[in-house]
Amino acid sequence: MFYREAGQFKTSYWADQSVFPILQDRIGLALILFAAFVLLPLSASDFFLSVVMVPFLIFALAAIGLNILTGYTGLLSLGTGGFMGVGAFACYKLTTLFPDVNIVIWILASGLFASGVGILFGLPSLRIKGFYLAVATLAAQFFLDWCFVRVPWLVNYNVSGAIEVPTRTLLGMPVTGPNATPQFRYLVILSIVTLLTWFASNLVHGRIGRSWMAVRDMDLAAELIGIKLYRTKLLAFAVSSYYCGVAGALMVFLWYGSAEPAVFGIDQSFFILFMVIIGGLGSLAGSFFGAALIYGLPIFMRSAVTAFGWQILPSTVEHLTFMTVGGLIIFFLIIEPNGLARLWQIGKQKMRVWPYPY
Amino acid sequence: MDLLYKVFIDPFVQMGTAPDLLVQTLWDGLVAGVLYSLIALGFVLIFKASGVFNFAQGIMVVFAALALVGLYDTLRRWGVPAGALAAYLALAVTIAVMFGLAFVIERVMLRPLVNQPDIILFMATFGLTYFLIGFGELVFGGDPKVMIAEQLGLPRGAIDIKMAGGFVSMQKIDIAAVIIVSLMVAALSFLFQRTRIGRALRAVADSHKAALSVGISLEHIWVVVWFAAGIVALATGIMWGARSEVSFSLQIIALKALPVLILGGFTSIPGAIIGGLIIGIGEKLGEFYWGPLLGSGIESWLAYFIALVFLLFRPQGLFGEKIIERI
Amino acid sequence: MLRELSVRAPTGPDVAAGDVLLAVEDVSLAFGGVKAVSGVSFDIRKGEIRAIIGPNGAGKTSMLNVINGFYQPQQGRIAFKGKTRAKMRPHEAAAGGIARTFQNVALFRGMSVLDNIMAGRTLKMHRSFFWQLLRHGPALREEVEHRLFVEEIIDFLKIQEIRRTPVGRLPYGLQKRVELGRALAMEPELLLLDEPMAGMNIEEKEDMSRFVLDVNDHYGTTIALIEHDMGVVMDLSDRVVVLDHGIKIADGTPAEVMRNQAVIDAYLGVAH
Repeated sequence: MFYREAGQFKTSYWADQSVFPILQDRIGLALILFAAFVLLPLSASDFFLSVVMVPFLIFALAAIGLNILTGYTGLLSLGTGGFMGVGAFACYKLTTLFPDVNIVIWILASGLFASGVGILFGLPSLRIKGFYLAVATLAAQFFLDWCFVRVPWLVNYNVSGAIEVPTRTLLGMPVTGPNATPQFRYLVILSIVTLLTWFASNLVHGRIGRSWMAVRDMDLAAELIGIKLYRTKLLAFAVSSYYCGVAGALMVFLWYGSAEPAVFGIDQSFFILFMVIIGGLGSLAGSFFGAALIYGLPIFMRSAVTAFGWQILPSTVEHLTFMTVGGLIIFFLIIEPNGLARLWQIGKQKMRVWPYPY
Repeated sequence: MDLLYKVFIDPFVQMGTAPDLLVQTLWDGLVAGVLYSLIALGFVLIFKASGVFNFAQGIMVVFAALALVGLYDTLRRWGVPAGALAAYLALAVTIAVMFGLAFVIERVMLRPLVNQPDIILFMATFGLTYFLIGFGELVFGGDPKVMIAEQLGLPRGAIDIKMAGGFVSMQKIDIAAVIIVSLMVAALSFLFQRTRIGRALRAVADSHKAALSVGISLEHIWVVVWFAAGIVALATGIMWGARSEVSFSLQIIALKALPVLILGGFTSIPGAIIGGLIIGIGEKLGEFYWGPLLGSGIESWLAYFIALVFLLFRPQGLFGEKIIERI
Repeated sequence: MLRELSVRAPTGPDVAAGDVLLAVEDVSLAFGGVKAVSGVSFDIRKGEIRAIIGPNGAGKTSMLNVINGFYQPQQGRIAFKGKTRAKMRPHEAAAGGIARTFQNVALFRGMSVLDNIMAGRTLKMHRSFFWQLLRHGPALREEVEHRLFVEEIIDFLKIQEIRRTPVGRLPYGLQKRVELGRALAMEPELLLLDEPMAGMNIEEKEDMSRFVLDVNDHYGTTIALIEHDMGVVMDLSDRVVVLDHGIKIADGTPAEVMRNQAVIDAYLGVAH
């Protein structure tokens, strides 16, 4: 009864093209943004911000990246971890070579390097389709894994083979390194993720998004209406890898504080892929849902164990988490292949007619 | 100039001057290739009969091997004397376990997803993989185990053959592996081509609906196929485990099967063998003769690059059917 | 039933004498050992409705695919708007002004009706990646501009109520209409319709025929259509080319073709 469009008429196509045409949706979005930018930093604990919100946002960003490639354009990619790594290492090299330039600029720039690598590994997409293309991304993943370990220049010849994040400041306050406060890190990440999500939403709702989806749904027909397949696919690789690269840079610089190359391995790629599958392929909101569920589940399970006082080993909890994630994926694929985003849409649909059943 | 020499001339010179090393490398490559084909075979079985790319094949290998070792230990604890009796008893029970696994997978995962597009089923096998990883670690524990190779009667030690001006060392277990795999491939080919159930399997691979309409029970076929893949997984687990150890890192090896399948085609049993051999030998040669140029460890991605290059020229693989898109 | 629609100008010298828009010259196409089309030549004149008919397996769809650029013929050439080519890629055909519908509707199932038709405007939308990132501003203005054009097509095809429905949910007849809409969105000079009436009932066929005629009259689009329903062919087309087993066996006005013995033999000429 509250979620009704009655009385909301669009009197121009301009208004109808808006991404959130229903007023209640716009209000909802405004509330969420207000809560995220204002309420949370003021009220949430350091733990919550550092351990829950920061990773959630970063994974959501990576999931958006993968979603653009796999969900919107239909190109299955198993190289997400590698692309994230490229962003992280690029950012590290840039900031150590040019320490005076603001770190946020380098974070955003590092995505471009990931983009370049993404385009490179997307080149085979002209000849290779569908499942076989996934193998090309797998090649990228393993090759990048190898590079991260075997090219000591990338970590500035650090003996440990890992990136160690130097302290950098923004607006006079430390934003990386041990002195950076969780609130500040959270706000910077939130701003970047919000901005990039807005860009992604714009792309996806316009001509480019339609081209991507056309390529996904029926590439022969897409060619017919004049879409240049190769360009569209490479653009998808470029944009997707950019998002993954920035997520990787954020992960190392504003979350972990250091990085071993193993962080960007095939397991990370699968992690993000599960987020996209469960959250909903082809949905930006789904990327957030999926990230929340897949990242949050182990934390939730661990907290539940301590809350209930069950005597379960942490390793056992981890095993149970694996089982639950695996089971959830199968469950979702059976019940709702379009993931949480579709369930959310169905929920909203029910809300519109509530209290009537249909 | 120097670089060109290093890449294009020097490796071949090395091959020529130390032919015994070349033969050794070729043999090692052959063995690796045979083992890759064994994994690939499991994929081919399931793909041939249900169109599903079973990503979980790798974890099934680990699971089967762990089950075998675990059952052997349990039998020993119950007082059965060490040796062949306990080993083969454990083997029999493990085979039953793999049947049970196939049955459960069919019921819980395959049946509800019966009409979904292949990509959905593929993603479901991701879920299956992670589930089995968690479950396996829970039940068997995460530390590496030793395969009961001796108890099963598999040979140990090596034969050194004098040839080509030096020595070539062949592990007896490797020779056994080659023989066992050849026998399995022959048996499976026979199964597919000559028996009634093989025909049914091929029918199901072609079209679920058509197979149903001639009265083939999809559910039975799937259980049979996943069970067969489970047996292959068990054999793989035994052979791989005997050469090193049984641990969860083995499941990553399964990803290596992908380049094999790309070369050999996803539905061809001989293709899996040939693909495996090409990848195995190519990898070993590449790593031994060209590896020092790039640094060690290139075998982690070399196979994929070989497959990738291949795909660019022949997108359907060596033996795969050329896909003609009908509009 | 379809007789009432024949209010259009009768086929006459004015249309028949129009410029040749597309000419197929001695085209042969084979798949492996199977010869789909052998040495076929015909032309399509500007502003006409040309029917391509023939029994099943005659090579009609293959012919359309060749014109479209999907299949490259082993032999022969296509001359379009004065330019002769041996090979043409589908997106080049699209850019040149050829649009097409399919027997088995080739819509983008994950998208709504509106998005599908808007996709047809892709070639006409030029705002760069940078503006697309911002959306508000030039990119959105362009969207709305093209939305206006698409809405005209939606009005024309009377599919206003379903514009936000995902196309996968629509009944077959409506899907075909949406596909026509998408083709029209490209503002094509030559529209290739592959069995636009297939699987339709009487009312749907009448509607579709009306649309085809209106497109030809109103937009001046040249149309080539493959069709099995003889009544439709007789009423809609200016000229007909008949294929059988990949060879052209007749070419002329509907009346001429229907009297042709070879055609009758090929078909046992019964109007549905």
